[in-house]
Amino acid sequence: MSSTTAALQSRRAPARKAKAGGRTSRPAAGKADAASSPLFSYVVSLADDALVLGHRLSEWTGYAPTLEEDIALPNLALDLIGQARFFYAYAGEIEGKGRDEDALAYLRDEHGFSNVLLAEQPNGDFAATMLRQLLYAAFMHPYFQALTASKDARLAEIAAKAVKEMAYHVRHSAEWVIRLGDGTEESRRRAAAALDELWMYTGELFEMGEGERALVGAGVAVDRESIRPAWDATINRVLAEATLERPAPCGMQSGGRAGRHTEYLGRMLAEMQVLHRAHPGVTW
Amino acid sequence: MYTQALNVKDTGKPASAEDPGKLARFQARIDAEEKIEPNDWMPEAYRRTLIRQISQHAHSEIIGMQPEGNWITRAPSLRRKAGLLAKVQDEGGHGLYLYAAAETLGCSREELVDQLLAGKAKYSSIFNYPTLSWADIGAIGWLVDGAAIMNQIPLCRCSYGPYARAMIRVCKEESFHQRQGYEIMMTLSRGSAAQKAMAQDALNRWWWPSLMMFGPSDKDSVHSTDTMKWKIKRFSNDDLRQKFVDATVPQGHYLGLEFPDPALKRDEKTGHWQHGEIDWSEFKRVLAGDGPCNRQRMKVRTKAHEDGTWVREAALAHARKRAERAAAVRIAAE
Amino acid sequence: MSETMMPLWEVFIRNRSGLPHKHAGSVHAPDAAMALQAARDVYTRRGESVSVWVVPSSAITASDPADKDELFEPTGTKVYRHPTFYEVPEEVGHM
Repeated sequence: MSSTTAALQSRRAPARKAKAGGRTSRPAAGKADAASSPLFSYVVSLADDALVLGHRLSEWTGYAPTLEEDIALPNLALDLIGQARFFYAYAGEIEGKGRDEDALAYLRDEHGFSNVLLAEQPNGDFAATMLRQLLYAAFMHPYFQALTASKDARLAEIAAKAVKEMAYHVRHSAEWVIRLGDGTEESRRRAAAALDELWMYTGELFEMGEGERALVGAGVAVDRESIRPAWDATINRVLAEATLERPAPCGMQSGGRAGRHTEYLGRMLAEMQVLHRAHPGVTW
Repeated sequence: MYTQALNVKDTGKPASAEDPGKLARFQARIDAEEKIEPNDWMPEAYRRTLIRQISQHAHSEIIGMQPEGNWITRAPSLRRKAGLLAKVQDEGGHGLYLYAAAETLGCSREELVDQLLAGKAKYSSIFNYPTLSWADIGAIGWLVDGAAIMNQIPLCRCSYGPYARAMIRVCKEESFHQRQGYEIMMTLSRGSAAQKAMAQDALNRWWWPSLMMFGPSDKDSVHSTDTMKWKIKRFSNDDLRQKFVDATVPQGHYLGLEFPDPALKRDEKTGHWQHGEIDWSEFKRVLAGDGPCNRQRMKVRTKAHEDGTWVREAALAHARKRAERAAAVRIAAE
Repeated sequence: MSETMMPLWEVFIRNRSGLPHKHAGSVHAPDAAMALQAARDVYTRRGESVSVWVVPSSAITASDPADKDELFEPTGTKVYRHPTFYEVPEEVGHM
């Protein structure tokens, strides 16, 4: 790690220049795809999902409903931030321009982030946080399971570690969703409302762009549509036990993969990146 | 650490009102370095003192999550973010172990939390200071955790078994906290001029409050005799403070930073670092509730607790439903 | 204003070393499944654990400290239970 941090100073300059150039050419749907290789874009999107959701979870630290949960939530956040770091490091190597994990996490604007909209949704109440986690983890668990068979050895390796983490995320969030759904009248109302609010962001989990499709064809990425049966099974099982009704099919929101986000991401990144950007090029 | 307010007079039944025979046997066990366990006989004053000290310690860990948590979402690198998140999480864990130790004395966590939220319980004043820059995260790890460790290591040998065991676990986990803080300070001190200024400013603000963490000077300390006799406490406030100063000053000089104490000098004869006069009026002011963040810390904690009420109720309601369903299944099967 | 108490559970952890489960501490949780998760999150953050037990604290029956002498003192004089009680010539080597 120390070698990475030591190298930051020399690596920062080109990264900033590239970004400043990119900023003038808005709007940028698919900008990342155009600017770099499909593999790079794909790996960055995996990292962005993990970082953005991990950051959201980290916002809970110290404010959870029980002391036990105040310790559980950072565990979830640390898993995701850890995954993000592996993916960013790999993306930086693929790109070969000297960008490290921090250059990718801290020096891209919201339009450059390609995470799904679900990940950036605000924490809301505890029901919203647990439902967001369930909807995400119920997808990522089988997804990483499939990714362990990737022809890209690095991705397979990261997935092998992440799959165990996501299994626990499913379990933890599912147990809570069950308790909140089948708890008190108030908790049920809150859980149902959160589910209703978040549902329109679930369609994007299954979307793939041109680049990613090509990677699926090459045996590197996983066909997101193939995850649907597993996701449906988990969601249906948990919602049934939680006595919550699965929302009716609705118009799905989309755009995160192309850098078109909800209003929430910009603010989140402004906070996350403020200190790093206030002191360009230094070591932390 | 965080036991400074222990120096509040205990107003309950004095130890002298206890059965002299039992009291003598109790003291003999303590003198023989035996551990006192939850179901053992103990003087009421010993129990009260422990509940107060352990719960204050626990409250301090919980409130202490706030000033550091303030920078989790702005940590300037992913490595720092992970380290800080894990550290603040540990503070929560330490609070949990300590509440559990206090509960063995017959006081539930709910009661202890109520006392905190009602403003009837103290926590360490150090957490009533704000974290104004990233360097504060370094200074807290280095100085505040450093001071805490000075106090906590002897507590691992405390006469009360559950407290001592909790402290052993805490100390084991805490070893990374101070190093994390010092590493941040070192990186900043060797960084840009702005970073170095940030580090110096943090030291300026945290140095004196850190010295105050050890509590009033021995000559003004009202409650040390019993706790020393009972081996809850093993070193005096001033002794621990001196140990901390001796260990910390050279570390600060290594960073190339200046301590905000013109009187600070090394006594060539004893080898100890002598610090200037501590402003005890500030200590009393913050302890009495007039520190920069007292109100804010309590407001945030109270809100988190209240916001979580419906979740805790739901979890308990669900557990009741499950138990009822299981019972119904049993009855149907019979 | 005191709310309903969250039940207390005792946590036992077994490490990779293969030694028996050892008491690690306690957690509050509404039921066994949540207690198990809390125990995992609180007491296994630094790895090594391979198994966790949670037991309702109220289910534990403990010996009375007042019975300490009659329960545990009698074994103190049974030195013949310890290997050093028996003499084996040094030439025989370690046994």
